[in-house]
Amino acid sequence: MSKRAIVFLKFVVHLVCLAPFFWLIRFYTSGALELDPDPVAYITHFTGNWALWILFVSLAITPLRRLSPGISWLIRFRRLIGLYAFFYASLHLATYIFLFSGYDLPSVLSGVRAGHPGIIVDQWKLIWPTIWDDIHKRRFIQVGFLAWVILLALAATSPAFIMRSMGGRPWQRLHRLVYLAGAAAVIHYWWLVKTGVRTPWKVTAVLAVLLLARIAYTAFKSLGKPRSALQSTRS
Amino acid sequence: MIKRIIEWNHMLLRRSESLESTLRSSDITAQDAFERYRKQRRYIIGGAAALTAGTLAYGRLSGIFLPSTTVHAQALPSTPGKYNTPENQTPIGKATHYNNFYEFGTDKSDPARNAHTLKTRPWTVQVTGMVKKPQTLDIDTILKHRPIESRVYRHRCVEAWSMVIPWDGYSLSEFINLCDPLPSAKFVQFVSLVDRKQMPDLPGGYDWPYSEGLRLDEAMNPLALLTFGCYGQVLPNQNGAPIRVVMPWKYGFKNAKSIVRVHFTDKQPHTTWNEINSQEYGFYSNVNPQVDHPRWTQARERRIDSSAFPRTIPTQMFNGYADQVASLYNGMNLKRYY
Repeated sequence: MSKRAIVFLKFVVHLVCLAPFFWLIRFYTSGALELDPDPVAYITHFTGNWALWILFVSLAITPLRRLSPGISWLIRFRRLIGLYAFFYASLHLATYIFLFSGYDLPSVLSGVRAGHPGIIVDQWKLIWPTIWDDIHKRRFIQVGFLAWVILLALAATSPAFIMRSMGGRPWQRLHRLVYLAGAAAVIHYWWLVKTGVRTPWKVTAVLAVLLLARIAYTAFKSLGKPRSALQSTRS
Repeated sequence: MIKRIIEWNHMLLRRSESLESTLRSSDITAQDAFERYRKQRRYIIGGAAALTAGTLAYGRLSGIFLPSTTVHAQALPSTPGKYNTPENQTPIGKATHYNNFYEFGTDKSDPARNAHTLKTRPWTVQVTGMVKKPQTLDIDTILKHRPIESRVYRHRCVEAWSMVIPWDGYSLSEFINLCDPLPSAKFVQFVSLVDRKQMPDLPGGYDWPYSEGLRLDEAMNPLALLTFGCYGQVLPNQNGAPIRVVMPWKYGFKNAKSIVRVHFTDKQPHTTWNEINSQEYGFYSNVNPQVDHPRWTQARERRIDSSAFPRTIPTQMFNGYADQVASLYNGMNLKRYY
């Protein structure tokens, strides 16, 4: 892959990852969102689903590139795609805080326009008890929040200079938590649907395949090799 | 190259805007607009690959490729009743396209798409159990039994969203008097239709048919409505045609839809959601902001109206009908009997 090709492909990846976001904006500005029966639930599901699927794409890069040395350049897109997963997860969290939990966004916007920025904090004080209540009472919120916090930590440590200062091994260990984030997100999904609803099965299956691919590869590698050789290849 | 893609997108966006403005300026009804929007949305939902260029294409293509789900509404004449909330009504398009009617699929958009297979005529309702004379009543006999009145009720779903809906029907008590229950009857059970032929999407894992129940004195409360229509029309199939109940002070799942049997008994009848998960869905299920659902608070609700960002409002005790119904539960611990 030439440098130019990578730059161009990165541009395309940006475009593709941002497309759902712009589509959502367009959905709102065209007036279609207000025709949806439950716009807030729509935005919640939209951002949550895209966070999950983009996270899965970033998780699929490592197993994919191992298939052939010819596509090892895929690794150069992993961080970028992972950061977009964090972006959509953050939109998902923001939807919960500002649209779901009773934060009166329309009043805040008109208040700010009328020159009362204090309303931003007032509204926050109003809804904070509910959010706090959710965080320590409801397990599907806890596990979803855990997934977001992990993604936040990974995003914060994603720049190359932080990776260097942390050292390769600790950085890698930290970033393996991405699988925990994926699992937490899927559990978050299962815990919020009603008994008998099986819509999360697809994301569960995909995550299982990705995890298995990873485990199978590690097992396969360790098979024919002495232990010391394995350790030297891992760092 | 990149610049050209961007220019191209801008051009498409401009053209789609003008397309939309012509659509909007014409005198289409809200229902038409809603149907059109739904088709567009289903077409586009596949997502990212379409990029922004999809905005133009879907508007034109979807009408060709997707089957129409338009409901041909039939008017149901009624006179205004006395129980009307003055709050803004939920648009009809939303009330008829956001339904929990699991027999037609578990997603709230499924029933509007699938319920066209329901046959509402001929239709009979069996009256069984502790009654003077068990009988089978024809739907049109029941419909003509009393004059139809319209009532605008708040509708609170256990999932913490709510609507304001004009229903058409008459007091359930009038129908119960027609059934003539024995004095020993203490509860009434409503059994919904289950028929794989009419419900090809009937999900597994549930103990069909759907069953709901009320204490008889609750069912006799004047607010309890035997319902045949909404928004001045015969009930759309997805809203529980041809006959359902509406209990405005209880969570929505208490309102049995497409009823085929009404059973009187002296024991608390089994009710579907209570059996699936009794912690989350009690037999009474009165709207109560002080008793949380295990997974979310019931103190607030998202009011489904015509806006893109609807307000979350406080939930009222008994959904605001405490004056009429609180006396039914005197001396009861409502945290225990949730």
